[in-house]
Amino acid sequence: MIKVQSEDFSVEKETKILLNKNNNVGAISSFIGIVRNKAKEKDLISMTLDHYPGMTEKMLQKIEDEALSRWKLLDSLIIHRYGELFPGENIVLVITLSKHRKDAINSCHFLIDWLKTKGPFWKFEKTKSSGHWVEALDSDNLEELKWNN
Amino acid sequence: MKILYFSWIKDGIGKSQEDITLNENIKNISDLIDFLITINDDYKKIFSDLSSIKFSKNMNIVDINEKIKNEDEIAFFPPMTGG
Repeated sequence: MIKVQSEDFSVEKETKILLNKNNNVGAISSFIGIVRNKAKEKDLISMTLDHYPGMTEKMLQKIEDEALSRWKLLDSLIIHRYGELFPGENIVLVITLSKHRKDAINSCHFLIDWLKTKGPFWKFEKTKSSGHWVEALDSDNLEELKWNN
Repeated sequence: MKILYFSWIKDGIGKSQEDITLNENIKNISDLIDFLITINDDYKKIFSDLSSIKFSKNMNIVDINEKIKNEDEIAFFPPMTGG
C-alpha cells in the first residue's frame, strides 16, 4: 500500500495494522527518513517537499510493484509526506513483511533507494540566511543502479 | 496543452503551470522547448542547460524526442530527490 500525505505517521501504529492483517509473518523491516537539522553546515529551519500529485502515486505504486515482483513479501507499505517539515520530523516510512528476514531487509533497502531517485519529490531547504533546492546526489543514482544488476 | 513546472524551474519561470495551444510545428518535446524559449528570457535561461531537466508526458518519464499532442500533460522538473 502507498500513502502520500502531509500529516505525520506512527511506525508503531502502522506496523501493528500490518501485523494484524497478515498471517505467518516471520520478519518485518522498516526504514524511517527524518529531516536533519543541518543543511550544508548551516542550521536548517525547515524542509519543504514539493511533489507532482498524480504522478507521485503512480511512481510509488510502480516502485512497490517492482519490490513485490522481486521478493517474496507478505505485505509492504510506503508513506511519503509532503509540505513544510521541520528538523526531527518524519519524511518517509517503508515497511516490508515476509516469512524470512532476507526478503524483508533487501526489499526495504531497495524501496528506499528507488524512492530517492524515482519518487517525484523535490526538497527546498530553508536556513536563516537563505534557501535552496536540494540537488540530486550522484551517490543516490549509484545506489539506484546497483539494484539493476 | 497543460504544462507543469516544478522546483527551481517553477521559480525561474515564475509559474507552476500554464496552458498553451500547440501550433503545427510543435511535434515533440524538443520543439516545445524551442517554442517556450521564445516567450521571454526567463524561459531562455531555464532551458539553456537541459542536462539537469527531466520531462514527463501524462505522468510518464519520456525523452526529448517524445511526440506530443494538445491533449497531453507535459511536466518539466529536475532530477527527483525523494526519500
